[in-house]
Amino acid sequence: MTTKGGVQYSKIAEIKGPLVVVDDVENAAFDELVEIETTEGERRLGKVLEVGNGKAIVQVFEGTTGLSISGTSAKFVGKVMEMPVSKEVLGRVFDGLGRPKDGLPDPIADKFIDINGEPMNPEQREYPKDFIQTGVSVIDGLITLVRGQKLPIFSGSGMSHNLLAAQIARQASVVGTNDDFAVVFAAIGVQYSEAEYFRRSLEESGALKRSVLFLNTADDPAIERIITPRVALTVAEYLAFELGMHVLVILTDMTNYAEALREISAAREEVPGRKGYPGYLYTDLSTIYERAGKLNGRKGSVTQIPILSMPSDDITHPIPDLTGYITEGQIVVGRDLFRQGVYPPINILMSLSRLMKDGIGEGSTREDHAEVANQVYDAYSRAQEVRALAGIVGKAGLTEIDLKYMDVGEVFEKEFLTQATDENRTIEETLAILWKIVSKLPKNEITKIKDKYVDQYYQGK
Amino acid sequence: MTAQGRIVWVSGPAVRADGMSDAKMYETVTVGDSKLVGEVIRLTGDVAFIQVYESTSGLKPGEPVVGTGNPLSVLLGPGIIGQLYDGIQRPLKELSKASGSFIGKGITTTPVDMVKTYHFVPVASNGDEVLPGNVIGTVQETDLIEHSIMVPPNHPGGKISNLVSEGDYNLETELATVEKAGQNVPLKMYHKWPVRKPRPYLKRYDATVPLLTGQRVIDTFFPIAKGGTGSIPGAFGTGKTVTLHQIAKWADSQVVVYIGCGERGNEMTEVLVEFPHLKDPRSGKPLMDRTVLVANTSNMPVAAREASIYTGVTIAEYYRDMGKDVVLVADSTSRWAEALREMSGRLEEMPAEEGYPSYLASRLAEFYERAGRVRAAGSPDRDGSVTLIGAVSPSGGDFTEPVTTHTMRFIKTFWALDAKLAYSRHYPSINWMNSYSGYLGDIAKWWGENISEDWFSIRNEAYGILQREDTLKEIVKLLGPDALPDEEKLILEIARMIKIGLLQQNSFDDVDTYCSPEKQFKLLKLVVDFYKLGQQSLKEGTPLSAIRELPVVTLILKARMNIKDDEMPKLDKLENDMKEQFKNISGVKVTN
Repeated sequence: MTTKGGVQYSKIAEIKGPLVVVDDVENAAFDELVEIETTEGERRLGKVLEVGNGKAIVQVFEGTTGLSISGTSAKFVGKVMEMPVSKEVLGRVFDGLGRPKDGLPDPIADKFIDINGEPMNPEQREYPKDFIQTGVSVIDGLITLVRGQKLPIFSGSGMSHNLLAAQIARQASVVGTNDDFAVVFAAIGVQYSEAEYFRRSLEESGALKRSVLFLNTADDPAIERIITPRVALTVAEYLAFELGMHVLVILTDMTNYAEALREISAAREEVPGRKGYPGYLYTDLSTIYERAGKLNGRKGSVTQIPILSMPSDDITHPIPDLTGYITEGQIVVGRDLFRQGVYPPINILMSLSRLMKDGIGEGSTREDHAEVANQVYDAYSRAQEVRALAGIVGKAGLTEIDLKYMDVGEVFEKEFLTQATDENRTIEETLAILWKIVSKLPKNEITKIKDKYVDQYYQGK
Repeated sequence: MTAQGRIVWVSGPAVRADGMSDAKMYETVTVGDSKLVGEVIRLTGDVAFIQVYESTSGLKPGEPVVGTGNPLSVLLGPGIIGQLYDGIQRPLKELSKASGSFIGKGITTTPVDMVKTYHFVPVASNGDEVLPGNVIGTVQETDLIEHSIMVPPNHPGGKISNLVSEGDYNLETELATVEKAGQNVPLKMYHKWPVRKPRPYLKRYDATVPLLTGQRVIDTFFPIAKGGTGSIPGAFGTGKTVTLHQIAKWADSQVVVYIGCGERGNEMTEVLVEFPHLKDPRSGKPLMDRTVLVANTSNMPVAAREASIYTGVTIAEYYRDMGKDVVLVADSTSRWAEALREMSGRLEEMPAEEGYPSYLASRLAEFYERAGRVRAAGSPDRDGSVTLIGAVSPSGGDFTEPVTTHTMRFIKTFWALDAKLAYSRHYPSINWMNSYSGYLGDIAKWWGENISEDWFSIRNEAYGILQREDTLKEIVKLLGPDALPDEEKLILEIARMIKIGLLQQNSFDDVDTYCSPEKQFKLLKLVVDFYKLGQQSLKEGTPLSAIRELPVVTLILKARMNIKDDEMPKLDKLENDMKEQFKNISGVKVTN
C-alpha cells in the first residue's frame, strides 16, 4: 500500500464504530484515502465515505479501537487508494490491505492502480468459452468452468470447500495450451489454519511461485476485509490484462466480506435491506464479481472462484442469493453428501454453470458432452424422486424402471462424484463415466440424446 | 437562465449542490470539473439533490454544477438499431474509443452517427399541411427496418416548404421547413424526446393478436399479446435470462429493445456476439438488424440503471410510432427497483416495505402502462405496439417480496419460474400451475382463424390433464403409483408426455429452439389424441403397459427435436402411425 503525498490535517469530531467524523475539512474528495495518526505516532488507513458541509465521514480499515478525539488527526492523501503492481508480486504474501506480510520489502512498482477498478465495457468483453480442465469429474462433466467465468462455491461451515478449491487451483489447466497461469488467493476473515492450508497446498504443488496471496485472517481488523478482495482483483487484472496471464482468483470467505459491509452500514445508520444488510449489497458485490472476464484484444483472463459459507446452509440467505444473481452459476456443496463421506460433496441439482454450453462440445471437449450431461442431470433428478418414494412405499413398491434409476443414483455418487483429492481425471475419463451412468438405463428412457450419439457411446443392453 | 451552483456534499451517486435556485426538477446537469452527467431529483431552497450517472470517486465539494436546461432525453433518428447503449444512450463502442476496455468518466458522444448519410425518400410534398406525427419520408435504416421520418410530437406542425428531393442526406440536414403563424421550424431526420414522458398516440386498441415467441409453454399455454405486459420472476439459476434471450431472438416483432439493467456484463456480450449470426426466421436477415441493446450492468453506476428503463421504453415507443410491433425486454426490473431504493435511502426518505420507497408501486405502474397497441398520431394511418416484458429477481426466490407483488398488479401474463423444475433440468422452468395469462381469451380468436378452430378446446384439454396430474401426484407421493387405477395412471403418463414433449424446450438445440405455431398445435393435438385413444384402449381391456410401450411414444417425445418446422407431413405420419399402433394392440387381453 502506498500513502505518499499528503495534503491536509484535520481534527476528529466524532468516533463511532469503524467510522470517524472529521471536522474543518476543506479539500477532501469522495472516496479519497485518509491517513489517521495518533499522538503516539501510530498510523492507520481509511477512506472518505461522505463529504460535505465541512465534514467528512471516514471509514477506518484497522478499526477505531484506541483512537481518541483529542489525540488523533486525519490527513487527506489527495488520491484514492492504490495498489503498487509489477511482475514481482508473484510469489509474495501480503496482508489484507496489500502490504507485504512475508518480511520482504515492498515490491518495486511498475505502476500504481486504483483498487476500485473501473467497470469493463460490455462492448469490449470477449465472451468466455475456453474450457478449463480442473480434473474434477463433477465440475468438468456437469458444471464446466471456462476462462473468465465467475463460479462461486456455496458451502456451509465445516464442509470440504477448501479441499475442492485447492484441488482446482492445483489441477486447473487448459487442454492443449501452455499459457502463463497464475493464482491469486485472498483470505477474507478466515481462520489462520485455512489460509495456511492453501499456502501449503500451493507450495507443495510448486504453484506458489506463480501465486499471490492476500491474507486477512479472522483476528485481523474486520473493516480491512472491504479492501482485501479489491487489492487482490487489482493485482489479478494487472497480471491478466497487462501481462497476459490466465489468472484464477480464489476469494474466501465472501460471507465475512458482506458482514464487514453490514457493520459499516449500521454505523452510518443507513436504512437496512434484508437481514440488516445494506440495500446496496447487490451493487457492491457486483463491483467485485464483475471484475472477472476476458477482454477483446488482450491475451489474459480473470477467472473467479469466490467461496462463501451459507449461514445455516440457507441458499436463500441474502449473501448466497445476491451472489447467485451476479455470478455465472454456482457450485453447491451438499450437507447430506458430506455427511455420507462423499468427496467432493457437490449437490449437482442445485449447481449450475451458465457458461458451460459455450465451453463444451466439438472442438473443446466432445460433441456429445452437452446431451449426455443433460441426460445424467435428468436421470439423477429422477433417482432422487425414486429414493424419496422408496422411503415411503419401500423398495418392493417400486417398478422395474424405478429400480434402474436407483442404480443410476448409486453409480453416480460412488463412481462419478467420488474421487480423491489428488486424482486428476481427464475429460475423456469423465465422459466415459457419464456414459456408463446413462447405459444403466434402457434405450427408450434416453430422451435427451440424439440417436447418433446413443449408437456410438451407449453400452447398455 | 441555466443554474450554476457548487457542490456542497457527496455520498456515492448522490450529490447536493447549492446556488441551484434556477434548476428544474429532472433537469440534467453537469457535475464537477470532470463534467459528469447528473439529474436533479429534489429541490430544497437553492439546494439541488442530484443523482449522478457516473462514478463520483474523487469528486469534491466546491466543484461546479451547471444546468443544461433540458430534461434527460434521448435522440431519436436512424442509426439506433444495432447499437449497444449505456443507461443514458451513450454508445458503448464510442466510449471504448475514448477510454479503452474500461468505462471512463465525463465522456460525451452522440448517440448515433450524425454525419452518416441515409437515402431519404419523401412521401410528403411542398405545401402539405402536416401535424405532429405525420410521416414526411422514409429512410432504410437496416435491411429489416424502414425508418419513417416523422414530424416530432412536440412540433407545432404547419405548412411544408423547402422539402428536399429524394437523395442521400445526413442527420443534420434540414429536410424541410414547416411554417406556422409566420414561424419557420426546420425538420431533420432526428429529434429529442424526454425519457420520462410517454410519447403521445391517437388511440389505444385491445390486445388481441398474440406475440408469437416460438416457445411452446408461452405461445400455447401462457400467451402474451402484442401490446401486452408480462413478467417473468424467478430465483437465480431458473433460466430467466435464457428465456428472455429466446423471446428477443424469436418474437414476431419488427424491433426488439433489450435492456440489461443491473445484470451481468457477459450476458450483453453474449447478445452482441450471437445476434449478428442468428437469422430472423421470417426474413432470413441477421437478428441484430432489428435489435437495440441498452446495457447498464450491475457494476456500472447505479443511477444510470434507474434511467436505462426509461431510455429503452422511449426508443420502443418511437419505433411503435412508425407502425411497428416492438418488444421490450427488461432484465431485471428488480435491479431497477434497487436503484430506486438506493437513491431513496440517500435522500433519507421514509422507507416502505424492505426499505423500498413508497412510490415503487406507482413507478412500476407508470412503466408497464407505456405498453399497448395503438394507432399512431398523424398520417398515414399506422398501427404499432409496444410489448413490455420484465424479469423480476425476487430475493431468495420469494414471490411475496415487494417488487414481485407490485409487478403482479400491473401485468397480465405471469410466467413463474420454479427452482425445483430448474434443478431437475426442466427448461424453460415455467411452472404451469403458478403461471397465468390474462390474454388467453383475447387471442384464442387469432389461433382459431389462423391455425385451427379446435385450438382453444385442445389447449384447455391438455391443460386440464396437467391440473389433474398435479392432484394425483399428491396421492402418489403418499401411497405410491400402484394406488391409482389404470385410468389415472394414464393421466400421469400423458402429463409426462406433455412435460417432456411440449413444455420442455431446448434453446440450445438447432431445431427445438424455435417452434412454429403449426408445429405447436400438431404436437399438442398428437398428445391429446394419444390420450383419447389410450382411454378408449383401456376401456377395451388393453393393459396400460402395452400402451406405455408403444414405439410411437418415444417418437412423440423426440418429435420436438427431430421434426423441423418445414416437415409437417412427418407429424401427420406420426399421427397415422399412432392410430395404427393403437389398432394393433386393441383386443390384446390382460394375461395373468
